[in-house]
Amino acid sequence: MGEQPSGWGGRPVLVVDGSRTPYLKARGKPGPFSAADLAVAAGQPLLARQPFAPDDLDEVILGCVMPSENEANIGRVAALRLGCGERVPAWTVQRNCASGMQSIDSAAHNIASGRSSLVLAGGVEAMSRAPILYNDTMVHWLAAMASARTLPAKLKVLGRLRPGHFKPVIALLHGLTDPVVGLSMGQTAEILAHRFGITRTMMDRYAMRSHVRLADAHKNGLLEEIEVLYDTHGHIYDHDNGVRPDSSLEKLATLRPVFDKPLGNVTAGNSAQVTDGAAWLLLASEELVSRHNLPVLGQLVDSQWAGLDPAQMGLGPCYAMAPILQRHGLDTPDIDFIEINEAFAAQVLACLAAWKDPEFCAKELGRESPFTAIDEERLNVDGGAVAVGHPVGSSGARIVLHLLKVLQRNNARRGMASLCIGGGQGGAMLIERI
Amino acid sequence: MTEITASTHFHVETDSDNIAWLHFNKADSSTNVLNAEVFDQLDQHLAEIARLNPRGLVILSDKRNGFIAGADISAFTRINHTDQALAFLRRGQDVFNRLEALPFPTVALIHGFCLGGGTELSLACRYRVTRDDPGTRMGLPEVKLGIHPGWGGSARLVPLLGGLKAMDLILSGRSIDGRSGKRLGLVDLVVPERHLRAAARKLVLESPAPHQAGWLDRLSNHALVRPLLARVFRQQVGKRANKKHYPSPYAMIDIWRRHATDKPRMLEAEAQSLAQLVNGATARNLVRVFFLQEQLKSLGKDKSYTPQYVHVIGAGTMGGDIAAWCAFRGFRVSLQDQSPERIAPAIKRAHTLFTRKLKTPAKITAAMDRLLPDHKGAGVERADIVIEAIFEDADVKRSLYRDIEPRMKADALLATNTSSIPLEELCGALLRPDRLVGLHFFNPVAMMQLVEVVVGHATSPVVTARAMAFTRQIDRLPLPVTSTPGFLVNRILMPYLMEAVQLEAEGVPPAVIDKAATDFGMPMGPVLLADTVGLDICLHVAEILASHFHAEVPESLKKQVADGHLGRKSGHGFYQYKKGKVVKSTARTGNWNLEDISNRLIDRLLNEAVSCLREHVVENKDLLDAGMIFGTGFAPFRGGPMQYIDAVGAETVYRQLQGLQTLRGERFAPDPGWNTLIHS
Repeated sequence: MGEQPSGWGGRPVLVVDGSRTPYLKARGKPGPFSAADLAVAAGQPLLARQPFAPDDLDEVILGCVMPSENEANIGRVAALRLGCGERVPAWTVQRNCASGMQSIDSAAHNIASGRSSLVLAGGVEAMSRAPILYNDTMVHWLAAMASARTLPAKLKVLGRLRPGHFKPVIALLHGLTDPVVGLSMGQTAEILAHRFGITRTMMDRYAMRSHVRLADAHKNGLLEEIEVLYDTHGHIYDHDNGVRPDSSLEKLATLRPVFDKPLGNVTAGNSAQVTDGAAWLLLASEELVSRHNLPVLGQLVDSQWAGLDPAQMGLGPCYAMAPILQRHGLDTPDIDFIEINEAFAAQVLACLAAWKDPEFCAKELGRESPFTAIDEERLNVDGGAVAVGHPVGSSGARIVLHLLKVLQRNNARRGMASLCIGGGQGGAMLIERI
Repeated sequence: MTEITASTHFHVETDSDNIAWLHFNKADSSTNVLNAEVFDQLDQHLAEIARLNPRGLVILSDKRNGFIAGADISAFTRINHTDQALAFLRRGQDVFNRLEALPFPTVALIHGFCLGGGTELSLACRYRVTRDDPGTRMGLPEVKLGIHPGWGGSARLVPLLGGLKAMDLILSGRSIDGRSGKRLGLVDLVVPERHLRAAARKLVLESPAPHQAGWLDRLSNHALVRPLLARVFRQQVGKRANKKHYPSPYAMIDIWRRHATDKPRMLEAEAQSLAQLVNGATARNLVRVFFLQEQLKSLGKDKSYTPQYVHVIGAGTMGGDIAAWCAFRGFRVSLQDQSPERIAPAIKRAHTLFTRKLKTPAKITAAMDRLLPDHKGAGVERADIVIEAIFEDADVKRSLYRDIEPRMKADALLATNTSSIPLEELCGALLRPDRLVGLHFFNPVAMMQLVEVVVGHATSPVVTARAMAFTRQIDRLPLPVTSTPGFLVNRILMPYLMEAVQLEAEGVPPAVIDKAATDFGMPMGPVLLADTVGLDICLHVAEILASHFHAEVPESLKKQVADGHLGRKSGHGFYQYKKGKVVKSTARTGNWNLEDISNRLIDRLLNEAVSCLREHVVENKDLLDAGMIFGTGFAPFRGGPMQYIDAVGAETVYRQLQGLQTLRGERFAPDPGWNTLIHS
């Protein structure tokens, strides 16, 4: 088993099992579950079906971009609520849109080095519960009010209150804006669309296909990693509810651009949905696998993080996937299935264009010849974030897990999961079935 | 600390601040209780401490479980005369008066339970400090035993809190934690364990003014207000307790109305009234019920059994609520049914239960996290106990057992919540039939304390003991019964319900039937009970029992069910319901002889009880009474069916049955068991 050493330079890192919640589309108000609730709901059935006890874990790692104010070190909150016990350490990682992949990468490091042997790693985000904050003027006003001691002083401060003080700061919008270059994520997609000549129709067609693929996967029961969510009102949630099986090009065409108004092409319909969800993977060393006689979904072979111009962050996957293939002497056809997280349809299409573009590959990736084009029949075969949704901290774990399931289903060998990362990074992970 | 003196139950130390610390640690007992010997020793210590004249006195308990649980209840059972009772009460009052009269600050340092006499002792101190945790409970629960405080509990609480708040505590008998006590003014400081002693020391050294009732609270003790308020109290108590059956709260209201502002008189009235009550039938029966409860608790004492994980199969009303209750009590629980849709309503009900019981978000979340919806049944393999609560079909149950047994842990228990199928019909499907036991819960699970632990022929003694220990661990009372149709409770209850249906068919209005039963002391009339349980369920159980015991099921019940009138849940049964609430009929009870009606109802119940005893469904009369009181709420002040037969005379009931047999038919034929009862 696992003859190939891992890219982390040590013991092989095996994936035993995994699960996720359905991804729930944000409906303009706080969703039914907190981020910790989602992490717990996804993790409970996963741990319940294992032959070992939750406190046998060596550590728990959870990716999350924006935990709520009462979820400090949400990894630890989730671990304790999952019944892992006081003795299992837990931590939280944040690499923006790749936080869920970062947690797997960190777990792989620790397993490869021998520090850990059994790790629960995943990602979570409750975007619908992103906080709404007081603006700066209001914060200063509150401070003045708190330090006013006498009634006249208080009345004086009260008199300074203006309607403008109540203008809220929507944390989610700020989170999706690059603070260095001042562009929203959607604008970076518009930039890529312009650079690679991706039209509105191409984006919408891509988006529609994502919905169709996800709807088919649901219909055919291919998303077996989803665990049902139960709320406290007697409702259940058993599928990604942002999917629109009846999506059509006509309908998509009616949507207005969100980011570059009025002439842009990136709309709500061809972007990833704002969503709540959690995903976990159970990672183990070979020794632990044989000790508990665990099944093996696959092996994590290698990973790569890459940096690039924040204004073109959507190309991140190209920068991250290329070094892995080079290290292992592989080209696109050697990879059976690929997941590229669909932050925006335009961004995925830009990656596909850049990947086979000789000039881009030469200049940016340092290759004499470009990569073989990615076969779209092997890319995001069950739909992507445009249909599934993109709970930022969670998606990285979801695509790795689903890719393993796709490989298993097709009895295929190699897969690559990759995503673009707000702030100008890319992340990729090479996995194999054994 | 310097030890000054010690006796069997106490020792006294003084510290560098010259504060005396009086430790209560009752010898040969895990719990501090008050009896004559304790009072004698306490008295001597107080006299000695008074001579020492320290800076202050702190009274504390060395028991882990609490301060003082109250009077030694077994002492009650030895009191036979009013004079004897009066002497015991005055002795206690004298000692507490001495404590109250000490010229230096006195502090009761309270952790865990501080009930009845414990609270009365603390009230004789100038200050009370409690540990800040939900397990620290103060209260005067005497009315629950058919009595009221007699060691100055009311005489001191009434001026401290005002009449309204004090009487609410006394009349409800409820216990409160330190924080609630602080809000009321009963407690001076509420602090975590680590600050307890410092808090007591602070009160002694700083000696602040003791708590004073606010003007509004004092007003409720005013002579002009008391008669009005007393009427309100009587009305409120009347909703819960009939004066004929439960005289003690009414006596308490009377004492307060007459003497609220005159402490010496009130103390004397407390003692006089209590001495009478202690010797009354109600108090005697309620004390007996208390001991029956202790007896059931002791059946589940096996502390070596420590299950952690419960898997419940069947998320219907019973299964879902059992799962929620186990999670509430701290177990990890998985709840399985055929689909998530079937589990979802149970999760909702669990959340409602947790919210009501646990209140703080962190605890509610923790309980929800312990309850795993598990439609794939992964929990079977992890569970220490698997509870099956699927519908009543022996074939389906057997096939389920065959499916899960190979996946269960080797020493896991398999418990069925069946209410009607004998275990012998089910255990054949198991490779190890000795692991099957019945755990028959009652609806609603969160309310009903009793669980019938059904012991089949094959059930092993170890499994039975474990099932009873588990029942205690979820804070229910285990009653071992044989695996015979209807077990104990339903079997005895059913003839009583069927007689009610018969009466209704004869034209007696349901409200009249129910009035006759509640006048007897039942918590709910049989017609309303049948409607609440569901007429379909009643019919189902009645038919099973009828087939075993050659009885008849009244046609009118069959017709109701055939017409879709299923009781409260369908909005229509013997009563009409609007939004789940019964629509009160205006039927007058004047023309009916309620006693004749209640005799018919109760005699059938008693006859079946005698039959169960003869067949050894339970081991003895005590367990039978306990089962009926905790399983059905059978008039507790009557002490249970067997106690009631003793009180009325077995022969009298037997004759009544014979008379009814002649008049009404064979269903009243006295059971052969009466002969043994009459001649014993």
